[in-house]
Amino acid sequence: MPADIYLNVAVSGVLAGLVYGLMALGLSVIFGVVRVVNFAHGEMMAIAMYLSLLAFNLFHIDPLMMLIPCAALLFVLGYALQAGLINRFITRPEHSQFLLMVSIAIIIANTQLILFGPDSRAVQTPYSFESYQFGPLIVDADKLYGAIGALVFAAALFAFFRFTRVGTAIRACADNYTGAQVIGLNVNRLYALTFGLGCACVGAAGAILMISADVTPQFGPIATLQAFVIVITGGMGSMVGALFGGVLIGLTAAMAGLLFTPSIKAMFVYGILVVVLLFRPQGILGKRVS
Amino acid sequence: MIARLVRGLPRRALILSAILLALGLIAPFYVGDYWLTVLTLILYFAYTGQAWNIMMGFAGQLSLGHALFVGLGAYTTAALFINYGIPPWIGLIAAVAVASVCGAMMGFLAFRFRVAGVYFAILTIAFAEFARTGFDNWSYVNGSAGLFLPVAQYTHNDLWRLRGHPAMFYYVLLTATVLIFIASRIILRSRLGYYCLAIREDEQAARATGVNTFRYKMYAVMISAGMTSFAGMFYAFYYNNLFPEQVFSISRSIEIILAPLVGGVGTLGGPIFGAFVLQGLAEGLNNLLNMLGIDVPGIKQVFFGAVLLVVVIALPEGIWPWVARLIGVAERKK
Repeated sequence: MPADIYLNVAVSGVLAGLVYGLMALGLSVIFGVVRVVNFAHGEMMAIAMYLSLLAFNLFHIDPLMMLIPCAALLFVLGYALQAGLINRFITRPEHSQFLLMVSIAIIIANTQLILFGPDSRAVQTPYSFESYQFGPLIVDADKLYGAIGALVFAAALFAFFRFTRVGTAIRACADNYTGAQVIGLNVNRLYALTFGLGCACVGAAGAILMISADVTPQFGPIATLQAFVIVITGGMGSMVGALFGGVLIGLTAAMAGLLFTPSIKAMFVYGILVVVLLFRPQGILGKRVS
Repeated sequence: MIARLVRGLPRRALILSAILLALGLIAPFYVGDYWLTVLTLILYFAYTGQAWNIMMGFAGQLSLGHALFVGLGAYTTAALFINYGIPPWIGLIAAVAVASVCGAMMGFLAFRFRVAGVYFAILTIAFAEFARTGFDNWSYVNGSAGLFLPVAQYTHNDLWRLRGHPAMFYYVLLTATVLIFIASRIILRSRLGYYCLAIREDEQAARATGVNTFRYKMYAVMISAGMTSFAGMFYAFYYNNLFPEQVFSISRSIEIILAPLVGGVGTLGGPIFGAFVLQGLAEGLNNLLNMLGIDVPGIKQVFFGAVLLVVVIALPEGIWPWVARLIGVAERKK
C-alpha cells in the first residue's frame, strides 16, 4: 500500500530531523548569544563521531552511551576555544570571524584525515537492523533511540536556560550586551560557557548520529551547511526553532527522496532556505532583530 | 585619465608595479612548466579575489558563494563552445550576462527583503549549493558525469578559440589580472566607488545622505558577478573538464576569498599579494614535506590552517596594509 510507504518515510524523516535539529540547536545557541557563526560546527560534530567510533572499536561501548562523555568533552573544547580565542574576535567584523572559524575548521577536518584516513567508517550496533511495528508503521530502532536521545538532551538544555541562574544570566547577555556588563555579569565567562554548551549539543548529536550514519573527514563541511540551513529555516537564536527546522528539513529531504530522486534532495532543502530567507528572514519561529 | 588614476600613489608604488609587471611578462621564458602552472594559479586567485573584493571589500556585502559565478561562466562558455562551436570570447558575453543576471536576482531578492550580514552570506552559499545540485541533475550539461572540452593541441596557439600552450593561458590571465586591477582602481576613484565605500562603512548614514543604497549594492554585485564569470571561462578552457561537484562546491568559494582575506579586504594590493603569499606558502610546504620525506595526506592543510589562524589573529587588517607601510608604497593620506 503506497500510503504506508509515505507514512513510514515521513516518520523516519522526522526522527532523523530531530537529531539534525539538536546539532543545529548548538549553532543557534551560539549565534543567539555570542553573535558568532560557528563555521566549524560540522567539523566539531565529526570529532564526537570519531570519539564514539574509537570507543566502540576499542571497548565495544554503544555510541549512545558516549552521548554524555562526548558532550562533556566538546563542552571543554568549546569553552577553551571561546575563552582563549573567539572572545577577542567579538568586536571584529564578520569576515574576520569567518576567517578565524574557517581556519579552525580546516585544522580540525585535516587532523581527522591524518588520524583516521579518508575512508568512511561506521559502527554496527546490536539493534542496527531491529525495528518496532506500530500498526502499519515500521520504525527503525536506531532512529527511534536517536530521536529520543536528542529530545532528552534538548529538553535538559531548555531547562538549564529557563530555570537556572546561570541560564538566566546568559539570556541577559544575549538580550543586552552592554546592560549585562553594567550589572556586573562576567560576559566573557558566560560567552565561553555558551560556546561550550553549543559544542556540547554537537557532541551529543555526533554520538547519536554515529549509530545510523558513516563518518568521513569530509562529513564536517556538509554537516556545517546543513546546520546553517536548519537554523535559518527555524530562526537563528530560537531554540525551539532549531528543532522545528531540523524536523522540517528532515521531512522535506525524506519526501523529496521518495517522490523524485535521492540526488535532488539537497535542491529542495536549499529551495526551502531561499524561500524562508526571502519571506521571513528571521526564520519561521525567530524574532525580528532590528 | 592616467594622471587621475595614479594621483596619491607614491613614486615607489608605481616603480614596484612596473617591475612586477615586467617580471610577469618575461616569466614564461625563464621558468619551467611546473612554475608556470603555479604562477597561473596565483594569477587565477588574484583575479577572482579582486572580483570578489569589489562586492565585499568595496560595498561590504559578504559573499561566501562566489563559486556560483565561476561555475556559471564556465558552464555557459563551455556549453556554447561544445554544442555550437561558439568561440569562448563570444561565449563570454553570454556568460557575463548570465552571471550578472543571476547576481542581480540574488541581490534584488536579498536587498529588497533586507537580508544582510551573516544572512546574506548564507543566502549566497544557498544559491551556489542550489546551482550545484541543479547542474548535477541537468542532462543538457551532462549532469554529474561532467562536461569535457576537446583536449588542446600544444603545438599551435589559437587565442580566438583558447586552444593552445599553457603559456598562452598565462598571458591571457596576466592581462585580465592587470585589467581588473586597473578597473578596480577606476571604480574606487569614481562616484560608484565612493558610494560603495559609504555603504560599507555605514549603510544608514549613506542612505540618510541621499545615496540610493539599493542601486549601488546591486551594481557592486552585478559587476563582481560579471567579472568573476571570466574566471569561469578561463577555468573551463584551461582545465578542459567541468564537474558541478567541483566547480560549484563551497570549498571553491572559500578558496576564492582566502587571498583577499589574508592579503587585506578592500585594498587593491591585498588580493594579489594574498594570492602570492598563500600559493608560495603551499609550494614551500610541499617542498619542505617532500624534503623531510613526510607523505601524510592532510598535514599540509593543517599547516595551512595554522598559518591562516596566526594571520587573522596577528594582522586583522590583512598582510598587505602592513607590508605596504613597511616598504613605503602605501597610499598617502589626504
